[in-house]
Amino acid sequence: MTSTAQRLAQIRGDVPPKRHNARTIAALTGNPGCTRRAVLDGAGVDKPRLAERIGFPARFGQSRFAIGRGNAFEARVKADGGVELLRLVAERLGVPVPERASWTDLGGADGLPDRHERSRAALTAGGPEAALFDHPLLGLDVAGQRVHLEPDLVAARLAGRFHVVEIKSFPVIDGQADPAKVAAAAIQSAVYVLALRELLSAEGHPEELVSHDVVLVCPRDFANQPVASLIDVRKQLLALRRQLDRMARLDGLLDAVGADFTADPTADPATLVAALRRVEARYAPECLASCELAYFCRDEARGRTGALGRPVREALGGIDAVDEVLALAAGERTPAPEQAEAAALLRAAARLRADALTGDPA
Amino acid sequence: MTTLRALAKAQALAAGVAQPVATVRHLHLAERPLVLVPLAMAGEANAPLAALVGAAADEARLLIVPQPRNRDQRYRFAAELAAIVLPYLEEFRGVSEAVPVDRGRDVRHRYVDAPQLLVPNPAGVGFLRLLGRSTRFRRPDGDHPVHPTVPLLGRWLTFFAERAEHPGSAALVAMTDALTLHWATGQSAVEDLHLPALLGWIDPPPGLTGVEAAARAEDPARCPPAGPATDPDFDNRVLAPAIAAYADSADDPDALAGAYAELERVLRDQLAPTWELMWRGVGLLRALPPGARVAGRWDGDKDAFTGHAEHVDSGGGPQPRRDGAVVAAQRLHRLERALTSYAVQRAYDDPLVMAEHRLTGEAFVGEVTLADAKRVDDSGRRPVLRPRIQVVTTEPVLVPVGATLWSPARPAQKAKVVFLTPAADGKTEVVLELSGGMGRGLTAPPGSVPEVGERLCWTTLSDAFMPAGAFPAPEETPWTHGGPPLARADDAPAVVDGDPVEEWA
Repeated sequence: MTSTAQRLAQIRGDVPPKRHNARTIAALTGNPGCTRRAVLDGAGVDKPRLAERIGFPARFGQSRFAIGRGNAFEARVKADGGVELLRLVAERLGVPVPERASWTDLGGADGLPDRHERSRAALTAGGPEAALFDHPLLGLDVAGQRVHLEPDLVAARLAGRFHVVEIKSFPVIDGQADPAKVAAAAIQSAVYVLALRELLSAEGHPEELVSHDVVLVCPRDFANQPVASLIDVRKQLLALRRQLDRMARLDGLLDAVGADFTADPTADPATLVAALRRVEARYAPECLASCELAYFCRDEARGRTGALGRPVREALGGIDAVDEVLALAAGERTPAPEQAEAAALLRAAARLRADALTGDPA
Repeated sequence: MTTLRALAKAQALAAGVAQPVATVRHLHLAERPLVLVPLAMAGEANAPLAALVGAAADEARLLIVPQPRNRDQRYRFAAELAAIVLPYLEEFRGVSEAVPVDRGRDVRHRYVDAPQLLVPNPAGVGFLRLLGRSTRFRRPDGDHPVHPTVPLLGRWLTFFAERAEHPGSAALVAMTDALTLHWATGQSAVEDLHLPALLGWIDPPPGLTGVEAAARAEDPARCPPAGPATDPDFDNRVLAPAIAAYADSADDPDALAGAYAELERVLRDQLAPTWELMWRGVGLLRALPPGARVAGRWDGDKDAFTGHAEHVDSGGGPQPRRDGAVVAAQRLHRLERALTSYAVQRAYDDPLVMAEHRLTGEAFVGEVTLADAKRVDDSGRRPVLRPRIQVVTTEPVLVPVGATLWSPARPAQKAKVVFLTPAADGKTEVVLELSGGMGRGLTAPPGSVPEVGERLCWTTLSDAFMPAGAFPAPEETPWTHGGPPLARADDAPAVVDGDPVEEWA
């Protein structure tokens, strides 16, 4: 065990690291500047338990209706050995629909090492005809930890390349889908593309063999009829690589964290809160949708202009604290030289607001 | 986000309660708005689960779908909703008024009032838009007939959803949008989308600060979400067993009635708090005096309502799934003009909004120190009345000489900047030459020229009529925009293009 690994084990407490999945890896790109998040995720801390322990439980429940619908749609799309799926993917890629394609089910309950090996062998085997691989097991290193990933489907030898196929149950209505959901699906698929590229390049294949276009299969309009769309995930791949590199260099971040830092969910809440406060966070309102610790960070950031949203902070001249903003606006505080311009704007704004509210004419 | 609004947010956080960002109400509020609180089934494509609907706080009607995945039940829900919405719309089709058009050479008629729909949040608008989309192409005949009112409801909901995109329209309003237009809270825009938290800031219960009230409102166990998405915990622990109980008692009428009543009870519990909040929001908005130009914008909604009613009456088809290139360009142009005019009108109506423009140098307030109301310019072919006034202001004047300004006090009058002279104490003297709004003679009627001592606002924002752009006919769509649409039978495309091809699964 390396010293970094020991250190991370110490931070997370006496439990195995929380396993990442494509969703949590995708979430890492959400707020790349946040050291607190990088350290906790790097150490594999059980953040939901941690958040609950310190009195700020996360609210990321999933409705069983949504889960049920997602599974039912995936099963429907993959029915009949993927004949319909093959047609959809081929047509979307603009290639003739092959007469037939092999279907390899790589899911299943057998041990992880076995599944990895089966997936690797199947994906790298080559062959003359198009092939579809159901739930292959891929791997990716995240902060020194091997993460297992399971894309819904990988299509091989269609248009000469491998394509990651992601099946989602949100609808595409008249050619439009919820942009937030599409963005989430894109970054998740990018995680799979990265893992698949790693697997193939380890076998000596060029990276480009895995297309940066992923196929997203969703229900069309209000029915269950599937429709395929292509998403270019090059941007997401760049963002992911950057963040994964950063997590791999956790040593640097750990230097900034006190030697006695702990995020062990069994520790005393007061100790945990004190420890967390020493690691810099970069809270933004967007965190509420993606990070289990967001409610804690929001509470801590209360009184900072950034907690009101980045546009608010910018409109206030980038001044960090709300009480400083108000003091500058009231002229009760001498601005630092670099604040002069912002202070003048704030004073003018305060005067205009007061005028208008007291019924100044015009 | 303007600095003025951002400052109001900072002040709200310090004060512990939301701060006003408007001194007048910038939207029309109907006497009897139809409040609609919808819930959708998680995971499905806009499958209605339940709704509370009514035009007064004590007229809530609960509609539920006991099996939201069942398509027949979905369209039964649509028919039940139509039985409330369509009669409500009909109430406004009694009396018409004559409106002069073409400079008084002709008149047209429009209804004297129009319906107004209120939903909790922008997602509620999206729900109605998709409900309109899923119903407007359905047919009362054929393989899967629906009640004849269903496609009609779909066309009307689509109409309202399209109006909701029109800046300044009040035909379909999200309550969170209406409230944040008038108050700034001490939380972020994302958090403001949660109606209970937003109202916690604007009108906190006694003894609580805005922060505390908002935190309390975020706990779904205490305060159910304002929809259309439900709380996953409610789905898993309460709703799923209740739906299963209903499904299991299909053979036993007594048990079925009991299970249905139980479903009604749990769904009403989820909806009722939001219903109360909606009417509290209505009350808060009603307490504000309306802006001077609100009625004018509501006339636009009346026109649109009348136009769509006539379209429906004359047997017009459902709105297409997608606009053609020319129609889309026209619509975009209309929305852009409405956006500009809405921003100007709000500034003219409300000194607190105008203050945002004063801060950015698009407007200033000054006092008239000199006025020559009789000045006549006779350098041209015929003499014209061109009074000049001098205004002194303490605010920075960022407009150049030669610029044209307007004053909300006399919107028909233009003022050209003739001289700009810096004066003592950082003041600026501005000499303005006036034209328009003074009659046709060479003597200005009393009151039409600002007098010495008047304190006035001058701005580059103009509420003057903006002429519409010219667009080609659809059959002349340029090749850059896809060329003319392929010829199709006039009544056929939308239907062929629409829902009936979808399977009934």
